[in-house]
Amino acid sequence: MTQFKSQGTGGGVPYTVPAMATEPVSHAHDPNLAHHFDTAQQQFDAGKLGLWLFLTTEILLFSGMFCIYAVYRHNHPEIFEYGSLWLNKILGGLNTIVLIFSSFTMAWAVRAAQLGQQKLLVRLLAITLLCGFVFLGVKFVEYRDKWRHHTLWGQNYQPLHPPYAHGTGGAAGTAEGKTAESAPAAAGPIASATAPGSLPGITTPALPVCTKDGTKLEQSQYAESPLGPPGVAEKVAAPEETNAEPANVQIFFGIYFIMTGLHGLHVIAGMAVIAWILRRALRGDFGARYFNPVDFTGLYWHLVDLVWIFLFPLLYLIH
Amino acid sequence: MTAENPILAPGLPALSPSRPHPGPDNYLTHTRGIASWLFTLDHKRIGVMYLVSVLTSFLLGGIFALVIRTQLLTPTGAVFTTNEQYDTYNQMFTLHGAVMIFLVLIPGIPGALGNFVLPIMLGAKDVAFPRLNLLSFYLYVFGALFAIAAIIMGGVDTGWTFYTPYSVQTQTAVSTLVFGAFILGFSSILTGLNFIVTMHSLRPPEMSWFRMPLLLWALYATSIIQVLATPVLGITLLLLIFERLMHVGFFDPAYGGNPVLMQHFFWFYSHPAVYIMILPAMGIMSEVVATFSRRHIFGYRFIAMSSIAIAVIGFLVWGHHMFPNGQSAELNAIFSFLTMLVAIPSAIKVWNWLATMYKGSIDLKTPMCYALAFLFLFAIGGLTGLFLGTLSVDIPLHDTYFVVAHFHYVMFGGTIIMFLAGIHYWWPKITGRMYNETLGRLGCFLVFIGFNLTFFPQFIMGSHGMARRYATYMPQFKIYHQLSSIGAFLQAIAFTMIAVYLIHSLLKGKKAPANPWGSATLEWTCTSPPPHDNFKSTPQVGDPYDYTYIVWDAQSEGYVRVDSRTAAVESEANQASTH
Repeated sequence: MTQFKSQGTGGGVPYTVPAMATEPVSHAHDPNLAHHFDTAQQQFDAGKLGLWLFLTTEILLFSGMFCIYAVYRHNHPEIFEYGSLWLNKILGGLNTIVLIFSSFTMAWAVRAAQLGQQKLLVRLLAITLLCGFVFLGVKFVEYRDKWRHHTLWGQNYQPLHPPYAHGTGGAAGTAEGKTAESAPAAAGPIASATAPGSLPGITTPALPVCTKDGTKLEQSQYAESPLGPPGVAEKVAAPEETNAEPANVQIFFGIYFIMTGLHGLHVIAGMAVIAWILRRALRGDFGARYFNPVDFTGLYWHLVDLVWIFLFPLLYLIH
Repeated sequence: MTAENPILAPGLPALSPSRPHPGPDNYLTHTRGIASWLFTLDHKRIGVMYLVSVLTSFLLGGIFALVIRTQLLTPTGAVFTTNEQYDTYNQMFTLHGAVMIFLVLIPGIPGALGNFVLPIMLGAKDVAFPRLNLLSFYLYVFGALFAIAAIIMGGVDTGWTFYTPYSVQTQTAVSTLVFGAFILGFSSILTGLNFIVTMHSLRPPEMSWFRMPLLLWALYATSIIQVLATPVLGITLLLLIFERLMHVGFFDPAYGGNPVLMQHFFWFYSHPAVYIMILPAMGIMSEVVATFSRRHIFGYRFIAMSSIAIAVIGFLVWGHHMFPNGQSAELNAIFSFLTMLVAIPSAIKVWNWLATMYKGSIDLKTPMCYALAFLFLFAIGGLTGLFLGTLSVDIPLHDTYFVVAHFHYVMFGGTIIMFLAGIHYWWPKITGRMYNETLGRLGCFLVFIGFNLTFFPQFIMGSHGMARRYATYMPQFKIYHQLSSIGAFLQAIAFTMIAVYLIHSLLKGKKAPANPWGSATLEWTCTSPPPHDNFKSTPQVGDPYDYTYIVWDAQSEGYVRVDSRTAAVESEANQASTH
């Protein structure tokens, strides 16, 4: 780790970080070196290994949710097909772009810290933090819509109207505020044709994903079991009956809220840490000699980003 | 000097013992005041704080156990006799299980003894992340407070496994206790993470992986499980809380959920957690057996690698907790087979310990007495585990006292016994005082007798069909239950005695030498108690089980290491002359 090859963002000259050398550094002269480490390199390596292990635990924490997702999706694909119609692909996609962009600025911030570009570092961290706020803002709008439409978890799943009245292209319901709510609950698929067009420049996908005869909805892959485990043995609606929604859609919203909520908490935690290193960057704490916290925060932020990149298609883009 | 030394041959006058000088400054006296403890970053002080907390929790869990055993003195119940009181009985066994597992067995050896000895054994000044270490301790305390809050709020009656749907329906303080366990999980993860990084990055240059004492290998394997399994428990417990508060419906059939899924999630952590509990105990076993046999550990690499093997296989066997719970026959067969595999590395360890003792000069000091007790008890516990891993045998034995006896033989007979061995083994190092050896051996004997009296009858009544967790029982089981209860009371007496002589040793005990047992690992090269920074300079690392140059020194009443460089020259000369 003593040498960082330029990634082409700056001079293009291979760059060597001077203080990450392996010879012992005098403790008195390096306030960033803890007493039980011999060299800055050793401290950096320990921190990095610790962080990777921490990221492993994070992945395993989320993997529990991904496992629940896989089990229920496999057993009841129709719940996910139907439930995802409620989600706003445009807002979800916007958040994906925001997070990927913030990952880029974060990675650049690490580079700036290594090169000692103080002003650039501060700006990039600020942009990253701002992206976090944008993400949370968009997420808030999405949650608010779900709340208004009563499409929540468990017993709170009592939708006011079918999903296609809400509009799959989605920005309509949120941008116009009242549009979705004013749509009569019994409007059916025809009403949806007018709802999404209200945002110029955004072409909405073909609407009748859930057609009236419901043929697009997959059937459960499990044959009915006479002795099925409790809770999963409910009769799956046959295609000709799927005008009605499938049973247990609340499971989808439980998964949606817990996965995105858990992810949102990680975003907030990441923003808190970024704010902290932003403060330290303003103080000028980081440079070629010491940039460990920026590097480690960056890794964490990329993981948060990565989790979202999995969540977005798994929840929003189901066909 | 050499004349007082019975081990040294008379022809080696050049050997000079290097005796650590006990200075006035050690980790206990380095700084003073309560704040210097509460905010300490010293791994040794954190270890001592863990030790005190874990032993307090052990007392609490033990009291619950005594209530259970008192109740079962008579078939109709000696304490709780009405239906409402039976609820209290349910709370007693739930809290006994939860406290013993989450507050004693899991953090016990790694948190208390591991924190204290791991960096010193490694030759490091501290763990890699001292602040994280302190955080880990406070998370433990915080989690324990939640557990105590749950007890005050009326207890929990689900059993420590929190199976749905009952855990969603009951009105007791499940969420509080579960949240406490969630926090304790973080404590466990951070400890494991800290240990792994410490062993990777703070080993002195001469300390190669295969020069590490076997306790460190065991703690390394433990830490891997802690880091990889505990997050899954975290999400499971979180979902259980959501299930209770919000009815998200993943595990609750009322909202389309699947309770067996919850069991899979729970045991995906909780079975590896069994190895979190037993692996450090096996590590202490390796240290104690080698030291008190004064013989190089037999099969070092096999013991080291079997720890890793147990950690890996331990992840693949969780389904054996659900044989009768609606798993497919294929899955049952696979889990049964994988369960059998765990026996291989476990047996490798046991044979290696036996081989280490073979022809050794065994010194029956207290830790060694516990080690021998461990061998017997762990063998019984491990072998009955094979019964339960066998499908056809598990079906009738599932949820009977046979299972209760089996896991107490492993968890108590294995982990707690070796925890006691470790406490006695490192007591002089931690406190700087010697305890009364005679009382120590007597305590070990009483615990051994009391333990077997408590749990062996449970094998018998379990195989006769006595189901676990009942507040009352049929009269035919009376004799077994009464023997079991008498054994529990005997253990209570034994533990009281142990507590008394250990506390007495703190006040009146003889001052401990640096190396009272003649062990060759690095922590014994420090003074007792060790100085604040462990080592003034990077210690010289050698074979941790080479007792050749460790000799009795009558002046300091402890063992000392003779200068190995001089000795090496001498031994080379000897070898040259003999060959």
